[in-house]
Amino acid sequence: MPGAPFPGNQLKEYFRQTGEVWLFTVRFFREAIRRPFEWRELLHQCYTIGNKSLFLVGMTGFIMGLVLTLQTRPTMEEFGAVAYMPSMVGISIIREIGPVITALICAGKIGSSIGAELGSMKVTEQIAAMEVSGTNPFKFLVVTRILAATLMVPLLVIMSDTISLFGSFLVEHFKGEVSFRLFFNQIFRNLTFGDLIPATVKTFFFGFAIGLVGCFKGYYSREGTAGVGRAANSAVVIASMLLFVIDFIAVLVADIFYDL
Amino acid sequence: MEPLIEIKDLYKSFGENRVLNGFKLGLYEGENLVIVGKSGSGKSVLLKCIVRLLEADSGTLKVLGQPIPGLDQYTLDQIRTEVGFLFQGSALYDSMTVRENLEFPLRRHPEKINSQGVETMVLNTLRSVGLAHTIDLMPEELSGGMQRRIALARTLILQPRIILYDEPTSGLDPITSKEIIELMLKVQKEYQASALIITHDMDCARVISNRMIILFDGQNHAEGTYSELSRSSDPVVQAFFK
Ligand SMILES: Nc1ncnc2c1ncn2[C@@H]1O[C@H](COP(=O)(O)OP(=O)(O)O)[C@@H](O)[C@H]1O
Ligand SMILES: [Mg+2]
Repeated sequence: MPGAPFPGNQLKEYFRQTGEVWLFTVRFFREAIRRPFEWRELLHQCYTIGNKSLFLVGMTGFIMGLVLTLQTRPTMEEFGAVAYMPSMVGISIIREIGPVITALICAGKIGSSIGAELGSMKVTEQIAAMEVSGTNPFKFLVVTRILAATLMVPLLVIMSDTISLFGSFLVEHFKGEVSFRLFFNQIFRNLTFGDLIPATVKTFFFGFAIGLVGCFKGYYSREGTAGVGRAANSAVVIASMLLFVIDFIAVLVADIFYDL
Repeated sequence: MEPLIEIKDLYKSFGENRVLNGFKLGLYEGENLVIVGKSGSGKSVLLKCIVRLLEADSGTLKVLGQPIPGLDQYTLDQIRTEVGFLFQGSALYDSMTVRENLEFPLRRHPEKINSQGVETMVLNTLRSVGLAHTIDLMPEELSGGMQRRIALARTLILQPRIILYDEPTSGLDPITSKEIIELMLKVQKEYQASALIITHDMDCARVISNRMIILFDGQNHAEGTYSELSRSSDPVVQAFFK
């Protein structure tokens, strides 16, 4: 809303947007199950999303593993608990740090590019052009992007976790002369399904949130080039906040189910 | 004869801003109807109401005999395939090649694919706008005039009965404008489509129109052929012919 002067208006605007997001989500599910599916575009989007974030996610994952291990090692040494290093680092990366950091990076990379792309398609009337040729732009643009993000973010997290553990291994190997086998044996011995399943399930929700927010902001971006910038920017901000909310809920739910 | 597009008492406002204020028109088979109006007078809004990119507030709005407001999505989409829309800024899909731009509507309306097959249809349509050699280029590699032609080809590929042109010559230099106008005349004949053309380019109106409507204050201010209107003594009408 252009310059909502009263708090009442802001509140109204907030509820209006929330309602719109809800309708958008419902529409996503309705259109996602209706034939025909846009398979080619889905594959293309999966490829684009994966390809765009692969390097960045791998890089940050690797550094994350290095830093985490380097920083915790002295403390663990002090307590004479160096032997627990692999399992400790493994659990924290797989359960929390890997998914959250990777998802945040994806929010920045994927969320903003979806927001900007759909925003500029909206502004240049490409979305309207699809509509007037009797095709369904929501299905072609939105459904495929949300699905692609939902599928690709978990894969990227798994990849990032793996690279991260490898980074951690390098530190352990050179500082503590731990062998590859011992390192990964330690990790997997102490990992339970209670660690793996909630950590994986929540990454699907992360991906869904990133795709949804990016698409929503882009699809409903306002006229003009400034609208495109705003769409990209608010997609990142809102998606990042949403990730923490989802993470919190995921931890609560996992807590109930697995009684950690 | 039943009009292809029939509009009566059309009203559309955005908040306090009354854009269309009881507008009416009838577009008949084989006709090129030109609507002229100042910039910001609601010309684009009128076209968008016709294909329901915008919802009109009230009034009668029939396309091919079907009342557009309240039409279900499926029937609306069927009607939209019969109505081509050339956007003011071309609106080519910038992530797709020229070929994919033309294939996009066709693949989603398989009933429109004739016995020649998609590939030949795309090529033939590109030939009729004289740009067959650009088939594998991206829109950004084309000049503004070429983009406008490709956009025209993209609306032609579904073989619409009506084409709506939103300022087909805007943003183009005089020579390119002239080429576009000639191309419009050519494809109108080739595809036997009727056209509703919105413009404030009087050269365009002179060459292409069978009949003109002057849109002013959201209403039909004057109506007639180009030569009739050019002799009018009404100052509003005269302003367009200066
Ligand atoms: N989606 C919209 N929301 C609000 N106002 C609009 C919208 N579209 C057009 N308008 C307003 O309607 C009026 C007519 O616009 P338009 O039809 O684009 O003019 P033109 O005759 O130059 O094509 C303008 O005052 C414009 O601000
Ligand atoms: Mg306009």
